[in-house]
Amino acid sequence: MTSVQHISKPDRLPPISQSGPIAWVRERFFSSIGNTILTFIGLYLLYLIVPPMLNWAILDANISGTDRSVCDANRDGACWTFIKVRIVQIMFGLFYSANPDQIWRPIMAFAILGGLITALLLPWIPKKPYIGAFTIFVFPFIAYALIHGEWLGLKVAESDTWGGLMLTLILAFIGIAAAFPIGIMMALGRQSDLPIIRYLCVLYIELWRAAPLITILFMASVMIPLFFPAELDFDKVLRALIGISLFQSAYTAEAIRGGLQAIPKGQYEAADALGLSYWKKTILIILPQALKISIPGIVNTFITLFKDTSLVSIIALTELTGITRFAAGSLEWKGKLIEGYVFAAFIYWCFCFSMSRYASSLERKLDTSHRN
Amino acid sequence: MQKIVTLAAASALLVLSTAAGHAGTLDNVKSAGVVKCGISGSVPGFSAPDDKGAMQGIDADICYAVAAAIFGDKSKVKFIALTAKERFTALSSGEIDILPRNTTHTLHRDAALGIDFTYYNYIDGQGFMVKNSLGVKSAKELDGAKICIQAGTTTELNLADYFRTNGMKYTPVGYDTSAQTREGFDGGSCDVLTSDKSQLAALRTELKDPSSASILPETVSKEPLGPVVRQGDDQWGDIVRWTLYALINAEELGIDTTNIDELKKSSTNPGIKRIVGTEGTMGKDLGLGADWAYNAIKAVGNYGEMYKKHIEPLGLARAGSVNDLWTRGGILYAPPIR
Repeated sequence: MTSVQHISKPDRLPPISQSGPIAWVRERFFSSIGNTILTFIGLYLLYLIVPPMLNWAILDANISGTDRSVCDANRDGACWTFIKVRIVQIMFGLFYSANPDQIWRPIMAFAILGGLITALLLPWIPKKPYIGAFTIFVFPFIAYALIHGEWLGLKVAESDTWGGLMLTLILAFIGIAAAFPIGIMMALGRQSDLPIIRYLCVLYIELWRAAPLITILFMASVMIPLFFPAELDFDKVLRALIGISLFQSAYTAEAIRGGLQAIPKGQYEAADALGLSYWKKTILIILPQALKISIPGIVNTFITLFKDTSLVSIIALTELTGITRFAAGSLEWKGKLIEGYVFAAFIYWCFCFSMSRYASSLERKLDTSHRN
Repeated sequence: MQKIVTLAAASALLVLSTAAGHAGTLDNVKSAGVVKCGISGSVPGFSAPDDKGAMQGIDADICYAVAAAIFGDKSKVKFIALTAKERFTALSSGEIDILPRNTTHTLHRDAALGIDFTYYNYIDGQGFMVKNSLGVKSAKELDGAKICIQAGTTTELNLADYFRTNGMKYTPVGYDTSAQTREGFDGGSCDVLTSDKSQLAALRTELKDPSSASILPETVSKEPLGPVVRQGDDQWGDIVRWTLYALINAEELGIDTTNIDELKKSSTNPGIKRIVGTEGTMGKDLGLGADWAYNAIKAVGNYGEMYKKHIEPLGLARAGSVNDLWTRGGILYAPPIR
């Protein structure tokens, strides 16, 4: 018996005009006359914008030296020397720039925070609720002890000398950490059967959501001191923190309410049928599911808050945006505001971009688990 | 409800009590161990952090001097950065004790805001910077010019006043910050840039080619800048005022940081002896130690030294300007310490 074996020839590649880079370019950029024109306009705009930017930011830029003489000799490029000399100030504010040997304190605080957040993100690490509670309720005190220093007998850094990226992170983190419990209470209260509680919660949420953060910050910086005697020293950072936390709690409440409403009615009814009390039902059945659903929403409000912290520079706090203005206002570096703002924008972008990546990966993960 | 009423009444009382002024600022400062000082924090030459994070500038120096006069230690200052909007509230609420935040002395502020001006640490005025290619030598020739200006400032109002008074026309080109006005001027959006002269000089040094522009001689507004205190505590006002006077008098008498120790030991000039505290009861009269002025001068130098350190690098020469001593043709005139 002879068997005939059919061996098919390998498929021929499609003609070069229909695949590969040429076709890709043709299909995407030159598929019609209109598209061709748009492509050329786009290329021309890129030509106008990109080379000068590259020249300014990289090719002609100065980074050598420790004073502005290099930059003054070459005024065509960016002066990154400014950022290099002031990096500790821009990252950690005035106290730590005066005491650079102390910067291990904020670095250690943020390393702990980084560790906690990594533990929260890695799927195989157990006991997440405890880690989360630790991060929100205990970690702020550890961070305060390290950064302020008085509790640990370290050199005291008064809160009005905090600044830079450190203050931005403090404002954003405390904002979200304080807003989280308040937000949960408000979201639950808004769903409550008791009219007084419900209306109070609605009033609270809508009051804060109806006012822009700027007005709240102005209120905190200008009005609050008028109502308290001078001896009761509420410093500006604390006042801004209170304002931000109250503001943020209203948005967190709304994000969590979305989660509460997304839970099928059956879950509530099943819990009632088991004879669970309101709190048991809420804590064991409802909240775990609701919070899981609302995490992407909460992360989104957090990204917004992170960027909104730059608003505190208008009440002259020295967070990332504010300290940039301060540093560029010095005699040594006057006029280097653009370099400072570009650098600050880059840092904001790094943080917000990684957070939004995380939020969207989370959304994908949660989405599949709810599709069955 | 009862609680709310009580709370409202309590806060009203607090507001009243703060508005009534804090008698005894000196005592408060002494018990706090620190002078709380409101500054801008981002104005070159006036107040801004240096590379080491320490506040520098002619405004910051006022606070260092007052702290040195009270405590004998210039580091006993707490700087609180304030925006233009917050500054007067911060002062009247007791959040700060002195406000040397390049603040112009005007009738309205002095009479209506519950604050008191002491004296001036820099006398500014609005001026014009023009491109040399324009060939203009006087502000009177600026009819029809395009003028870059920081929008929403008194500079804008002064400009309008000046052009209306002189029957000229102009096109304003508004920007948000002074750095942007410089970019606009450099980029050719306008031929003229107007701002306070201390700012103009600083902006000029930051141009791509500083020699392509010059500052016109006219000064079209009066901007006397100086430390401000709360109304109602005259002793505190006197301390701030006389500390500043002491710095100016020191220059007039030739006392500076290099020779003050020598003069304290050996000078026979009664004027100098009264300042360094080896004669008279000047310190006691103010409620301070005998070496109050000695400490202040030792901490920041006399007025001339402050000016040389902070204002001259902006490109503002002092000789013959209003900020020179009255003995040299300026208008700085401090009453005698006796």
